[in-house]
Amino acid sequence: MSINHLLIAPFADYGFMRRALVACIALGLGSGPVGVLLMLRRMSLVGDAMSHAILPGAAIGFLIAGCLSLPAMGLGGLVAGLSVALLSGLVSRTTPLREDASFASFYLASLALGVLIVSLRGSNIDLLHVLFGTILAIDATALYFVGGIASLTLVVLAIVYRPLVAECFDPGFLRAVGGRGPLYHLLFLFLVVINLVAGFQALGTLMAVGLMMLPAAVAQLWARTLPIMVLIAAGTAAVSGLVGLIISFHLGFASGPTIILTASLIYGGSLLTGPSAAVHRFFPRPHLTG
Amino acid sequence: MTHAAICLRDLTIAYDRHPAVHHLNGTFLAGSLTAVAGPNGAGKSTLLKAMMGELPLASGAIERDAISATDIGYLPQAVEIDRRFPLTVGDTVLLGAWRQAGAFGAISMASASEARRALSAVGLEGFERRHVGSLSAGQFQRVLFARLLLQDASVILLDEPFTAIDARTTRDLLGIVQRWHQDGRTVIAVLHDFEQVRAHFPETLLLAREAVSWGPTETTMTAANLLRARTMAERWDEDAAICAPQDRSIA
Repeated sequence: MSINHLLIAPFADYGFMRRALVACIALGLGSGPVGVLLMLRRMSLVGDAMSHAILPGAAIGFLIAGCLSLPAMGLGGLVAGLSVALLSGLVSRTTPLREDASFASFYLASLALGVLIVSLRGSNIDLLHVLFGTILAIDATALYFVGGIASLTLVVLAIVYRPLVAECFDPGFLRAVGGRGPLYHLLFLFLVVINLVAGFQALGTLMAVGLMMLPAAVAQLWARTLPIMVLIAAGTAAVSGLVGLIISFHLGFASGPTIILTASLIYGGSLLTGPSAAVHRFFPRPHLTG
Repeated sequence: MTHAAICLRDLTIAYDRHPAVHHLNGTFLAGSLTAVAGPNGAGKSTLLKAMMGELPLASGAIERDAISATDIGYLPQAVEIDRRFPLTVGDTVLLGAWRQAGAFGAISMASASEARRALSAVGLEGFERRHVGSLSAGQFQRVLFARLLLQDASVILLDEPFTAIDARTTRDLLGIVQRWHQDGRTVIAVLHDFEQVRAHFPETLLLAREAVSWGPTETTMTAANLLRARTMAERWDEDAAICAPQDRSIA
């Protein structure tokens, strides 16, 4: 059992492993930064809700295309996710319900509808694929799709970084200087949805949000500035993909859950050893003079 | 300097049809330094938010002809900002350069050095790289004042700027308020401390949903007026009748 056999051969020998790895890295580059901002907006659970909301759209795409076609299901998911985001925003602005409450009601309806549609036509295997993804079945088209979304996400984030951060930090200030906050909020929700759609084929609707939130949580434990957080989140997601794929290859585990569990282990390790970790309560470091 | 900066005409702002500010008339003169005082629930913060255009008006109007919306600087109550956000003090202050840089423009050297000057004016020299999460409440309030300094607005609204702030910070920040007043800016501050109002603010609006009194502080903050303000705001009627405008004469 050499290093080569353990770490390199799976990717050198099998095209599907290479594509899966590239998909994971691309997903991490897009989802990591989006996840960090989502968490800073205290919308972590909204990401979760959104990933469920995508399901009925993907299911309708599945029905129309007749197979697990990423473009059809991705488009459907995009439409469904954006509708839920817009409807929830509308409800929370016009009724006393808070945004998380309206998201919760819409995503539950959306999830039930999605499972119903898939079970109407497809087999249980199809349902499993939709819910938990098939990262090893990613083909070139799907790879371009995922890569395109990651690139778009990074470019858009780079352009709207300042107003987005300002809107996160102090929405009242942005309103006062006439900064069109709601526009950036919507744009951000759009980025959340397209990244979940990208993660959808790889990890399924239930776990697509995993590569978004877990790396973001890890980043918050280690870094104190936003740029470093974003870098750590993207790196954590990519490393989770790499390690998860290798483990699942050698041990024969399902790849999607293994990747997410790897990210969870990194999160657990960070909880124990990170700068703000529990360990320091028991082994305090000496304080400084000023 | 006698023209109006902001003019309130028969202004009513209601929550769920109950007025929080009721038929308020009056003028904040350009260059005036006005305290808005009154009991809890008197509509002080509501009035400021409405002047920022954040609340719908039930009736009446807020006229600010010569002043564009972006020419008003606003300091909300401290609880409204998440202080654990991973932003540096320098970046927070530089948000005040929004009018020059906007959402996408570069931060000019002038703005950057102005931000440094603003930070030293609030006594936080060299804090640029600190994170806002590591600041105390008083230091954070100083940072927000530095941002206001950079904003260079001609009208400045402060909502309880000195609540839960230590005495020394309050004194320093009151100094900045005085400087704004000397610059000829219009400053309107919601305050709870009547001693502070008497000592530092030449004009006072004593508010209890309606204006109990509005004018020079010594004629406004009398014991009789304060008592009247208290009794008015504490009266709350669940079965209030609809307010008929023709019954009221506009002052």
